[in-house]
Amino acid sequence: MRPADWSEAWARFAAGRGARLALLIVLALIALALVGPAFSPHEGAALDWRSIAAAPGLSSRHWFGTDRLGRDLFVRTLEGARVSLAVGAVASAVSIVIGLGYGAIAGYAGGRTDRLMMRFIEILSGLPLIFFVIFVTVLFGRNEVLLFVAIGAVGWLTLARIVRGQTLSVRRREFIEAAIVSGASGARIIVRHVLPNVASPAIVYASLAVPQIILLESFLSFLGLGIQEPRASLGTLIAEGAGELQSAPWMLLVPGTYLTLLLLSLNLLGDGLRDAFDVGERA
Amino acid sequence: MRYLLKRLIGAVPTLFIIVTLTFFLMRLAPGRPFDEARRLPAEISAHIEHAYGLDQPLLVQYAHYLRALGHGDLGPSFRYRDFTVNELIAQGLPVTVELGSAALLLAFALGIPAGVYAALRHNRPTDRLTMLLAVLGITIPSFVLLPALALLFGVELRWLPVAGWEPGSLRVLVLPVIALALPPLAYVARLTRASMLEVLRSSYVRTAVAKGLPWHRILARHALKPALIPVAGFLAPAVASIMTGSLVVESIAGMPGVGRYLVQGALNRDYTLVMGMVLLYSTVLIVMGLVVDLLYTWLDPRIRLER
Repeated sequence: MRPADWSEAWARFAAGRGARLALLIVLALIALALVGPAFSPHEGAALDWRSIAAAPGLSSRHWFGTDRLGRDLFVRTLEGARVSLAVGAVASAVSIVIGLGYGAIAGYAGGRTDRLMMRFIEILSGLPLIFFVIFVTVLFGRNEVLLFVAIGAVGWLTLARIVRGQTLSVRRREFIEAAIVSGASGARIIVRHVLPNVASPAIVYASLAVPQIILLESFLSFLGLGIQEPRASLGTLIAEGAGELQSAPWMLLVPGTYLTLLLLSLNLLGDGLRDAFDVGERA
Repeated sequence: MRYLLKRLIGAVPTLFIIVTLTFFLMRLAPGRPFDEARRLPAEISAHIEHAYGLDQPLLVQYAHYLRALGHGDLGPSFRYRDFTVNELIAQGLPVTVELGSAALLLAFALGIPAGVYAALRHNRPTDRLTMLLAVLGITIPSFVLLPALALLFGVELRWLPVAGWEPGSLRVLVLPVIALALPPLAYVARLTRASMLEVLRSSYVRTAVAKGLPWHRILARHALKPALIPVAGFLAPAVASIMTGSLVVESIAGMPGVGRYLVQGALNRDYTLVMGMVLLYSTVLIVMGLVVDLLYTWLDPRIRLER
């Protein structure tokens, strides 16, 4: 994309009121997770024996209540959100890098290589991948690096398909021919000429993939397969809360609200980007 | 018919790859089926492993499994003693199917009208509101929604049971079905709206409008079927999402379906049970893919299923 396209897309994005609001909320939620705990007088792991499972309220010493062990829920939630956000960022990055590289190489190489690579994607998307993620995390669990990789490995298929399609059309353009004639290597052409031209669908896809990946991480942690005690993510906190539903509903509602708000605004942000870059409704 | 047969035969290699991958992945993992907190004497555990054929070389075990599978036998469960995997699945599946089909029905029965309605009111406040609700529906994870619903309708209002299961009782189904149906429902609404908007811009709808046909006729006779093609395509992923969703929903709502077997089975290294679940899941997905293709030909007669 040319610089002019970028500013145009930005202008269209900023024109959408919902998308701008979503961006603000996302930034606010991230900022809250990063600096919020520092402003609280409580430590996430500190046990407050005088207020066990205290209800939230302004008169309480813990505005958002505490859990069974008297840990401050506000701080616990935000610290869990840091973990969830970190997983989301890293796993999305993994899947975006794989998807971009794979799609661009397949599209640029064309011919038999392309057919073979696309066949592989077809087979993978026919497999119940979420089962394999559950599997890998159960079987080799207790390993957060692997969790990142497993989640990231699921997300790249769609992006690879989209990028390949874009690359196929870019490949026939004159500036690629010019680059070939002037003796640039295939790798150089892909990095310098193809990838910048497929950037916009990649950005849009990435923005929609991040909430999905955060959701998947929470899902796994909820099942007890993701982040392990004493560390917490939003998913583990929600799982704890669901167990105390009748006696301490705030334990579910505080992390649940944060997660829902985060996912909602990320999705709206992605929708706004899609409209701005005009990549069409890929749902 | 010939096409159907060809497709079903074509699914066999896929299933074979899945079985093989799962089989060896499970055995690669650390831990064994009969590891207990209390260590058994070496002699006894050797006997048990012998009884289940676990002392034989891996490839022999694999061959045995495939042979039994050829007869439709999924083998004995390693965890639930005295039960075969076939029996376990046969017990749990009706619950899961009841829950899942009700959710699927709800998702499509409400999602499609909502999407059509939003498309007809394109860019008006009701459209915006419907779509905002749809994003919300896609976003709220079922493991947040279901406890929240249980809290509201079960604990506070006491209208419905918080959790549990009684055969034949509809009241216990309400909340789990809603929680399970909401994400696909919202997705169906979005898909329907997007494709309906496209169809409404097409020349044949314009012709129908120009002829002076009333809107309900245009919708019923001209617009609806083509607009539903992408929605039909979502049927297979919808089933997949409901099946994974039921994993969570069944465990929160305490329903005796098959959802819990996958995670429990993997944690217990109950090899045969997990294999059975993965096979079940993949088979359902493949069959749904086929159903989708058949639906395509009904919705758009120009689509031919020969390749």
